[in-house]
Amino acid sequence: MAARVSVRDGFVAYVGRQTLETARALADVRTWSPLLLAQMRHLGVDSVPIALFIAIFTGIVLSLLSSYIFTGAVPLYFVGALVGKTVMMELGPVLTGMALAGRVGASIAAELGTMKVTEQVDALETLAYDPNAYLVVPRVLAATLMFPVITAFAMFVGVTSGWITSVNLLDLSTPEFFKGLKQFYRFKDIWFGLVKSASFGAAVALMGCLRGLDAKSGAQGVGQSTTRAVVLGCEAILVLDAFWALVLL
Amino acid sequence: MIQLDALAKAFGGRPVLAGVTLEVPDGQNTVIIGPSGSGKSVTLKCIVGLIEPDAGRVVVDGAVVQELDREALTDLRGRIGFVFQFAALFDSMTVAENIALGLRRRGYDADEIAARVEDSLGVVELAGTERKYPAELSGGMRKRVGIARAIALKPRYILYDEPTSGLDPVTSTVMDQLMMRTRDLGVTGLVVSHDMRSAFCVGDRIAMLHDGRIRQAGTKAEIQATTDPVVRQFIEGRP
Repeated sequence: MAARVSVRDGFVAYVGRQTLETARALADVRTWSPLLLAQMRHLGVDSVPIALFIAIFTGIVLSLLSSYIFTGAVPLYFVGALVGKTVMMELGPVLTGMALAGRVGASIAAELGTMKVTEQVDALETLAYDPNAYLVVPRVLAATLMFPVITAFAMFVGVTSGWITSVNLLDLSTPEFFKGLKQFYRFKDIWFGLVKSASFGAAVALMGCLRGLDAKSGAQGVGQSTTRAVVLGCEAILVLDAFWALVLL
Repeated sequence: MIQLDALAKAFGGRPVLAGVTLEVPDGQNTVIIGPSGSGKSVTLKCIVGLIEPDAGRVVVDGAVVQELDREALTDLRGRIGFVFQFAALFDSMTVAENIALGLRRRGYDADEIAARVEDSLGVVELAGTERKYPAELSGGMRKRVGIARAIALKPRYILYDEPTSGLDPVTSTVMDQLMMRTRDLGVTGLVVSHDMRSAFCVGDRIAMLHDGRIRQAGTKAEIQATTDPVVRQFIEGRP
């Protein structure tokens, strides 16, 4: 019988063991595949408004901030370059990831934590389901697939809001903004951001699942697991952000 | 047959089970009685592999549960129904979906699943509740759906965790009747309870768990006539 590992055996051991269990459960396609689309909608599509809200204001602030920094020192069309590079490579993926760590990570941890303390997870096992295949895999896969999609929207909206702000509030024309944007654009800017966001999605969903499945009894236990899932999700994003910068830049 | 052999389990250094040995004969209802926190539910969860004992073993149909690989454990769970204390219904699913979930896992076709859902709801007298959600049901109805979910799989054994706790006397009697009806269908029942009225009603055999061990086990008549002071005190409800 597979020994159960809990977070009390050490968090690193717990995460390692559960990650391996999740990877093993990927083979149980018959269990997780019917649940994937619903999770993609729930974790992905429903998260679009908050991601776009953040992207709009990120674009506005970035264009104003870069104008403030560049005025008198650097040609103003560099505003387009800074907005584009920063939104695509860093702020788009990271801020979207952070926002979704709150929404998605908390939602997963609270849902699975409640299932754990009300014995629904045990019930799944007695019905011969593997909780990793039924609960963890579809959520982790859905977040891994949908975070890049949401981030792509956020990139587009962030750059667009930066452009609109530059044209309306700064002394910058549309051709000048796009001159700066194109001059420093590399295709890598986009895929670098999307690869990062996929890893953020996997980490946020995995932390939510692990904390939820390790929730202690009662409302307080579920609340603590939810809080820890969000904190761990944010920390994982920052660590992965540094990792990808080291590996891919 | 289910056999528990010197089962031991501790949580946080506190021993809960300290050598539980018990045989659950086929075709009968065996009731484990004992005070709250005495390890009755832990015993049930050890049987289906939800909790791994620190020592001792559980043998079901000749197989040692702790030695089973994942596939064999899944196969074993297909032969054991589990009725949870608070029903543990999936609150995002309807009653019918709750019952169908285990059937889908076993690969039955849609017609067979529909027929079994209807039959099992009929047995627990809840026909017509297929489309309701658990939140729309009373506590007693939820427990009956839990039984329906277990019997729909046509298991060889059903483990009942405190099936009458928190229920009014009439609903408790309905639960008792269901457990006896299930036994009459040939299903072996293992019930944990501290409700002595229910235990004497449904139990063919009764075992008392005390201080992590089986204090006494015997037929209903033997337990009713016991001279063991601890067992007497418990069944008479004396403080």
